[in-house]
Amino acid sequence: MIEFLLFVIALAIFLSFIRFIKGPHLTDRVVAFDTMGIIAVSFLVLLSISIKSSLYLDIAFVFALIGFIGTIIFARFNVAKDRDA
Amino acid sequence: MLNTIGYTSITLGAILLLISAIGLIRMPDTITRMHAGTKASTLGSLFIFAGVAFLEPSLSFKLILLALFILLTNPLSSSILARSTYIKHGFLNLSGMDDLKDKK
Repeated sequence: MIEFLLFVIALAIFLSFIRFIKGPHLTDRVVAFDTMGIIAVSFLVLLSISIKSSLYLDIAFVFALIGFIGTIIFARFNVAKDRDA
Repeated sequence: MLNTIGYTSITLGAILLLISAIGLIRMPDTITRMHAGTKASTLGSLFIFAGVAFLEPSLSFKLILLALFILLTNPLSSSILARSTYIKHGFLNLSGMDDLKDKK
């Protein structure tokens, strides 16, 4: 049961990765990256009860933090790059 | 009983995450992609956290902390993304108000 749900979530990560590759603008890619981060956090949480190790919850926490900081930095960089030019 | 609630909640969350990824591919515009990609995935991850907390009650403190973190940071990051999209490309605005006029 858990393995099938892990497969469904991995399929969701793959579908948003397609948008990450295809996205016409930088903002599309950043949106896809943000969504991929949240889905990967859920994947790690589900993995931690699938193999019964609570270590993966800490990894999920770090992943959420790094995804948030990366999204903020890319959004600010997208605006600031325009203003300098 | 708790197992049934947990598995139902996790299944619902996984379906919501899949819907959010499909919406990310199918939507035509950056803002509509953001609509599909941030809200549905937040709800789906919260369902998954609730289901895991039902299955393993000893992990519930960390899961509540993680859910609070996602609830706190996800609207913030999507707001900043929408602002940067509006400054960079602009989008359809019929309200007649433009608070970011001088930022462009």
